[in-house]
Amino acid sequence: MSGQTFSQKILGAKAGKAVVPGEIVDVIPDVAMSHDNTAAIARTFATIGVDRLYDPDMHVIVLDHCAPAANEKFATNHQEIRAFVEAQGIESFYDVASGVCHQILVEQGFALPGRLIVGSDSHTTSYGALGAFSTGIGRSEMAVIMATGKIWLRVPETMRIDCDGRFAAGVYPKDLILKIIGDIGADGALYRAVEFDGPAIADMSVSGRLTLCNMTIEMGGKNGYVHPDQKTLDFLNGRARENFETVTSDPDAEYIERLRYDVSGLEPQIARPHTVDNVCDVSEVAGTRIDQVVIGSCTNGRLDDLHQAAAILEGREVKNGVRCLILPASSDVTRAATQDGTMLKLIDAGCLILNANCGPCMGNHEGALAPGEKALSSANRNFKGRMGCKEAEIFLGSPASCAAAAITGEICDVREIASPEALAAGLEA
Amino acid sequence: MEPITGKVWKYGDDVNTDVIFPGKYTYTVTEPAEMAKVALEDLDPDFAPNVQKNDVIVAGANFGCGSSREQGATCLVHAGVGAVIAASFSRLFFRNAINAGLPLVQSVEAVAALEKGDEVTVDVEAGTVTTQAGTFAFPPLPEAVIGIFEDGGLIPHTRKALGID
Repeated sequence: MSGQTFSQKILGAKAGKAVVPGEIVDVIPDVAMSHDNTAAIARTFATIGVDRLYDPDMHVIVLDHCAPAANEKFATNHQEIRAFVEAQGIESFYDVASGVCHQILVEQGFALPGRLIVGSDSHTTSYGALGAFSTGIGRSEMAVIMATGKIWLRVPETMRIDCDGRFAAGVYPKDLILKIIGDIGADGALYRAVEFDGPAIADMSVSGRLTLCNMTIEMGGKNGYVHPDQKTLDFLNGRARENFETVTSDPDAEYIERLRYDVSGLEPQIARPHTVDNVCDVSEVAGTRIDQVVIGSCTNGRLDDLHQAAAILEGREVKNGVRCLILPASSDVTRAATQDGTMLKLIDAGCLILNANCGPCMGNHEGALAPGEKALSSANRNFKGRMGCKEAEIFLGSPASCAAAAITGEICDVREIASPEALAAGLEA
Repeated sequence: MEPITGKVWKYGDDVNTDVIFPGKYTYTVTEPAEMAKVALEDLDPDFAPNVQKNDVIVAGANFGCGSSREQGATCLVHAGVGAVIAASFSRLFFRNAINAGLPLVQSVEAVAALEKGDEVTVDVEAGTVTTQAGTFAFPPLPEAVIGIFEDGGLIPHTRKALGID
């Protein structure tokens, strides 16, 4: 028998037996995350006929999808969740002042190597960046986990993407993941685990790895994964909620497909409307007029992302007629970026600072688009209607590409408008 | 379950959850009848006003990609859709559909043989799709999850498993 992949080991350990890809196992996750959809989940839970949660301590609930509430309907939804949390004794509850669920699970030390994490949100794939097995599930499934603790999962086949080289100035992990998604398509990793490895990943910050794993769902992946290293351990030091053991794929593990990328020659990438795999070099869409820029989200709203954007915007102005929204991934990010002066640079350039939540990313509130408008966003989806208007167009790019577009009012190559010093900023390991 | 016969609504590859059930409605449109009215709103405005009970959606690869939102599957159930036939499904849509008791058929051949407005019959128990061009077999659901589907979805299945029903 050949060696095992990371995913086989995690799911096998939970199932209490050796497992192979394609096998379906019943497992009890370590962490079950839900957000504003917890009210609907709680209502479904109530129909099962079980009074108490199987384990209140496995649940983490974050109010982020429309936070603070935009209107009475959203406010009532939040109210219902707070009452449920109270009644069921859920301690890991993060109210509207916290941030986006995926950043909260990472910052607060829930996302740990070797853990099995499910979330009723597709971007739950993010935590693989820290060596967890994490994947999205549906609302009813979360309700059943509340009642029984259990969920069925299929053991995925694994594809491995080795990344060599060094990013050129002005090119970032976001450009790499857009390039990969563009190459293999929105279903290129369907049902699969995706392992990112190689020197370019070893060099990459934890934040950059989170960007890769966050967007693994955009190519159909079940979960993303980066094997934990010293950077991971340093990041988790003082943050991890409990002891953990790192789980990695065996050297002779079987991969269904292997891809190799050299990031050295990579250009800034842009995803065009209306699919995330509609990707091109920035030069192909340069000159596209932009009405709104969104810098942030759970994909690219961490401190290094804001540093990169602020370095480009510092001392310059958001073009008249362009709205440049800053959407930090969490209030901790907002705090750190306020303390170190980043926010002041962004405000002075004419950016609008939003509170940390999902905001414009999914069109619930804060920055919806009007018919005919175009946006460039550092978030993860550009589907039709995503920012609240089906007659609008959304492009996706790195925070640096977004900052450049905010200055010029059009999609452009950030390397043509930013100094080498500005392009070198925010590349902290 | 009884075979389902209905009219085909045909779409392309990568039909995503935002065009099936827009994100802006995920917390505001919650009643089944209202959910049915916005199904496929950003893909095909003709669908919701005209869909008939047991009509069948036929689409290309990666149907239901994107969000985990369960309404992607349940709004179709509420709209009366009898089954979805696609070249492939996103894993989250696949799970949500099984959990909602919505029959899914993965068959590249059946997709190629069907056009908008055609009549089609899906027989889940026999594992066949019958079109004017012929009958196509499709693989059954995995053994481990077929019980969920047969019990009418995840919640009734769970109640049964817990001995509540």
